[in-house]
Amino acid sequence: MKLFPVRGGIHPEYRKERTAEQAIVTLPMPAALYIPLQQHIGAASEAIVAAGDSVKKGQVIAKSGGVVSAAAHAPTSGLVVAVTEVTAPHASGLPLITIIIEPDGKDEWADDLPAPIADPFAADSKVIRDRVAASGIVGMGGAAFPSAVKLNLGTQHKLQTLLINGAECEPYLTCDDRVMREFADEVIDGARIMAHALGAPNIVIGIETNKPAAIEAMGKAAAAHTNITVVGVPVQYPMGSERHLVQAITGLETPARKLTADLGVVVHNVATARAVHKAVRLGQPLVRRVITVSGGAVARPSNVEVPLGTMVADLVAFCGGFTQPPRRVVNGGPMMGQPLPSLEVPVVKGMSGILGLTTEETGEEPAKPCIRCGTCVTICPCGLVPVEMARFIKHDRLDDAAKWGVTDCVSCGSCSYVCPSHIPLVHYFNYAKGALSAADRERRRLDTIKGLVENHNARIEKQQAAKKAAAAAAAAAKAQAAQASTTDDDKANA
Amino acid sequence: MTTAYNDRAAPFTHAPVNVSKTMFTVLAALAPATLFNLWMFGWPAIFLFLVTVGACVACEVICVRLSGGSADSAIGDGSVLITGWLLAVSLPPWAPWWIGVVAAVFGVALAKHAFGGLGQNVFNPAMVGRVVVLVSFPVQMTAWVAPKPLFGAGSPGFLESLHYTFGRDVSLDAISQASPLGFIKTELARGIAVDQSMANAPGLMDLILGFHPGSMGEASVPLVLAGGLYLMWKRIISWHIPVSLLGTLFVMGALFNLVDPARFSSGLFHLVTGASFLGAFFIATDYVTSPVSKKGQIVFGVGIGLLTWIIRTFAGYPEGMAFAVLLMNSLTPIIDQHFRPRAFGRTSKGEPLPVKGGEQ
Repeated sequence: MKLFPVRGGIHPEYRKERTAEQAIVTLPMPAALYIPLQQHIGAASEAIVAAGDSVKKGQVIAKSGGVVSAAAHAPTSGLVVAVTEVTAPHASGLPLITIIIEPDGKDEWADDLPAPIADPFAADSKVIRDRVAASGIVGMGGAAFPSAVKLNLGTQHKLQTLLINGAECEPYLTCDDRVMREFADEVIDGARIMAHALGAPNIVIGIETNKPAAIEAMGKAAAAHTNITVVGVPVQYPMGSERHLVQAITGLETPARKLTADLGVVVHNVATARAVHKAVRLGQPLVRRVITVSGGAVARPSNVEVPLGTMVADLVAFCGGFTQPPRRVVNGGPMMGQPLPSLEVPVVKGMSGILGLTTEETGEEPAKPCIRCGTCVTICPCGLVPVEMARFIKHDRLDDAAKWGVTDCVSCGSCSYVCPSHIPLVHYFNYAKGALSAADRERRRLDTIKGLVENHNARIEKQQAAKKAAAAAAAAAKAQAAQASTTDDDKANA
Repeated sequence: MTTAYNDRAAPFTHAPVNVSKTMFTVLAALAPATLFNLWMFGWPAIFLFLVTVGACVACEVICVRLSGGSADSAIGDGSVLITGWLLAVSLPPWAPWWIGVVAAVFGVALAKHAFGGLGQNVFNPAMVGRVVVLVSFPVQMTAWVAPKPLFGAGSPGFLESLHYTFGRDVSLDAISQASPLGFIKTELARGIAVDQSMANAPGLMDLILGFHPGSMGEASVPLVLAGGLYLMWKRIISWHIPVSLLGTLFVMGALFNLVDPARFSSGLFHLVTGASFLGAFFIATDYVTSPVSKKGQIVFGVGIGLLTWIIRTFAGYPEGMAFAVLLMNSLTPIIDQHFRPRAFGRTSKGEPLPVKGGEQ
C-alpha cells in the first residue's frame, strides 16, 4: 500500500525491547480495587452502589453521567467497602470519588450480563453502539474518550474507512504490540464489528514497522477478510497521532477544527477493538486492561493484564518493585504521559503504561536560554513555530500565541524532546491551551449573561412601555369621559 | 537520588543534546581550518587569536557577573568562544592586539549583552566587532600580509612576532599587500578592466587554498567546506543558508560577468575570495541571528549573497560579507514573521483547509 509522507517528527530511543518479548501475564487479584468515577473524557459517572453492597463481576456500579460519559463495572465479585475520595492518577494529585471493592476471591460474573449478540453484522448499528456504551468502553490508547460516542460518527458522516491505530509510537510501551500478537483474532473481530457500526466499508490497521511480529499476526488474522488491510507505517514519532496516521495512510490532511470523520475516516485503538469484541461477542463489559510496566528502575519489566482499579503500587510490586528509586513515575508513555503524584493511585481505563524511569533515562537538565536553533520548527509535526509561541506565552501574550497556532498543537512533546536548551516548550503550550480555553469559557459565560440581561431589560422596557401605553390609554379614556360629561353638562346647561 | 514525582511535565526522555554540545561541535568543525590558518600566518596570528578570544571571554565574564548570572555556565555553553574565534579569524592576522580587544568589547559587551545575552542579540556579535574596528581603524584593518607559514622562510620568530602584535608604532606598510578583492577593486578604480587585472591576481588554486593576503578566515576553502559539511552531517546546520547564499553570490557574479567581463568579476572568483565560505557555513548560520524556518533561511541566505555581491561590486569596501550579514540580521525578525511553515490542516494563510475526500 502506498504511504504518504508526514511532516517533521522525531526518532527517540524506543527501548521497547525490554518488554516486547514478554507475553502478557495476569495480575493475581489484589486485596482491594479502587474504581474512580471519572476515568474518561466527559461527565463523571454516578455511583449506584453504596458501602455494604455485594457486587458481582461485570455488574454496573456507576452509570453513565451524560451524553459523553461512560459506565463503570465491578472488575470482580466482592463487597463494596466504601464510596469515598481517593487520589486520582493525575499530576494534580487531587482526589476523586472512588468506589472501593474488596474482592471475595470468587471472581464470579454477574448473572444478568447482557446476552452475546449472535450475529453482530445483522444487528442494527445502534444495538452495537448501545452495547459498547453499556460496557463502559473508552478509547484505550490513552485519550479515554467514550467509544460509543465515536462510533456514532457514522450517523452524521459518510465513512469509508475505520483505521485501527496499532502504531504505538510512544517509547517503552508494548501493550498494544502484545495484544495484537496474542489476541489478533479478537482485535480483528472487534474492528469488523466497529466498522459495521460505523458503516465504514474498509478497515486499515496501521502498525509501525518496528513491530514485525504484530504486523504478521494481524495480517494472518485479517487474511480471510478482503476489506481489511494491514499496513506497516514508518517508525516516526508521533505516528500514532490520529491526524498524522490518517495522513500517512490516506494522504489526506484533516483541516484545522475538523475531525478525521470529515474525511471519511474514524480511528480507534487496537485495545479498544478487543474490548468491543468482548462486549459484543461475550457480553463482558470493560473490567480489565493490558498495561506495560517498564523503565530502568523496574525490576521485571512486563506486560500485565490487570483488573481496573488495581493500585499502581500493587502492580509495581508484582513486577518486582523498583531496583532503585525512580527519578520519574509516569502514567503512559514518556513523551505524552502524566507524572504520577504517588504509587497509591488506581489503574484506570486509559492507562497504557506505568514507567519507573531513572535519571539516565529522563536526561533532565536545567533549562537554558533559547539559542533559536530552529530545530523545534523543523520537527514540529503540526507545522508550528514553538520558539515564537513559547516566547509569547512567557510574556503572557496568549492571544499572540493563539494567532501563531498554539491551539493547533497536539502536545506530542517533540519540541521539548529535541530542544538543546532543555526548555519545556510543550509545558508552555499546555498551559496556554488551558488558559485560552478557560478564557473562552468565561467569555461565553459572560456572553450568555449579557444576553440574559439584555433580554431581561428588553422585557422590562416592553412591560413599562405597555404600562405607559395602558396608562396613556386610560388617561385618554378618562379625559374623553370627562369631556363627554362636560359636554353633557353643557348640554344640560344649554 | 530522590524521586521527584510531579514537579515536571512530559516528555520524560530527551534527545542527547544540549547547548554546550552544539557549540563545541561548531568549534570542532572550525578547528582544522583555523589551525591551518594559524600555521599559515605564523606567531602574530596566534597572538592575535589568543588575545581576541581571551578578550571576548573576559567581556562575557564581566557582563554575566554584572547581570547576576553564573559565569561558569555562560562560558561552559561555549557560545562566547565561537564569537571570539570567528571574530579573530575575520581580522587581519597581523593586526595589533588592541584591535582584537576593541572588537571584543563591541561584539560581546555591546552587541550581545546589552541586548540581553545569549539568544537575545539581534546582530551577530563577531560581525559587529569586526565592522566597528573596520570603520574605525581602516589603516590597521586593511594591512594584509601575504602568508608566511610558521617556521618557514620569512616567517617572523616568536619575539619579533610579539613586537608585531604588542609593539608600539608598528608599521606594516612595507610588507602589506592588497587582498585579491581589494586588488581588483583598486585596479578597476585606476581604469584597469577586471579581466586584465585578474591576470595579476593570485591563481585559482592559490585562492582556494588561501595562499594570498587576507584575513585568516578567508584562507583554505577546502577545510572550511569540510567543517561546514561536518556540521551538516551532525545536523547542527542545514543546507538552506549556505547553499542559497553561495548560490546567489555565484549566480550574480556569473550573470554580470557574462554581460560585461571588463567590469564584473566572475562567479567563481566571488566564491573563492573573501569570506564567502566561512560566512556561508559559520557566520550566516549563527542560530540566534538567523531565521528559524527553512523558508526564512533561504530568503536570508539569498539576501546575504545578493548584498555581498552588491557591496563588493559597487560599494567602497572590497569585502561585503560582514555588512551583508548585519543587514540581513536586522531583517531576521521580519523574515520570521512572514516565512513560517504551513500549519497542519491549514492553508499557508492560516485558514483551515477545505474539506475534501469525504462526502458530507
